[in-house]
Amino acid sequence: MTITQENGSMTARLTGEIDHHTAAYLRHAIDASFVRIRPDRLILDFSGVTFMDSSGVGLALGRYRQTRAAGGTLVLTGLSDRDRRMMQLSGMQNKEGIEFR
Amino acid sequence: MRNRKKTINDFKMAIAARSVNESFCRAAVGAFAALCDPTVEELSDLKTAVSEAVTNCIVHGYREKPGRIYIDAALLEGNVLRVKIRDKGCGIEDVSRAMEPLFTTAGGERSGLGFTVMESFTDSLKVRSAPGKGTVVTLTKKITGKCDG
Repeated sequence: MTITQENGSMTARLTGEIDHHTAAYLRHAIDASFVRIRPDRLILDFSGVTFMDSSGVGLALGRYRQTRAAGGTLVLTGLSDRDRRMMQLSGMQNKEGIEFR
Repeated sequence: MRNRKKTINDFKMAIAARSVNESFCRAAVGAFAALCDPTVEELSDLKTAVSEAVTNCIVHGYREKPGRIYIDAALLEGNVLRVKIRDKGCGIEDVSRAMEPLFTTAGGERSGLGFTVMESFTDSLKVRSAPGKGTVVTLTKKITGKCDG
């Protein structure tokens, strides 16, 4: 995973497999940068993800709560059709302050 | 009388209920399923469902404490893969409630979508459990490819 920042946005480019085991590491790494950068917009880029189960949904929901608590927005991008379908099982697409690209 | 499908091929494994083994479990079942020449989508669906079931064993069955996960995969006649994933953990008191979308007892960042994803990505899901007796999840998925029998 790589994290970059630009114009008030923080982008986390996720790579590899996301499951319960790897999500713990990703969560800690993203949160540590989020606290330091304090972005208006957090972008999670899934284009480098080769596998994801519902732990990826949990990861996104947790970051959504975090960005909303800080008054910001969350953007999810690069999702495959099946991963987008999994995200939508949570009803996330109907929430305010979250954008699917 | 139940119409039981004949088993053409099968494998069993037991593995420590550690989160680091989640990827191994889905890869092992995926490699077995690959003998049937599944589509990329069928393989991804199966691996996702297995990953959910194995994670449930670790997070809910054993509550992140030591234990073993038992996987029994079989290719049945008619190109149907059946995967049983079993733990000897704490069991589920109310299976129907546990299977409701977004229901979770784990807290933290669990989405509560485990059973919903298993149902969505397989052809059938059966859950057998009792408090203190562990849980058995049985998944089946029909593969469109040609299986070597």
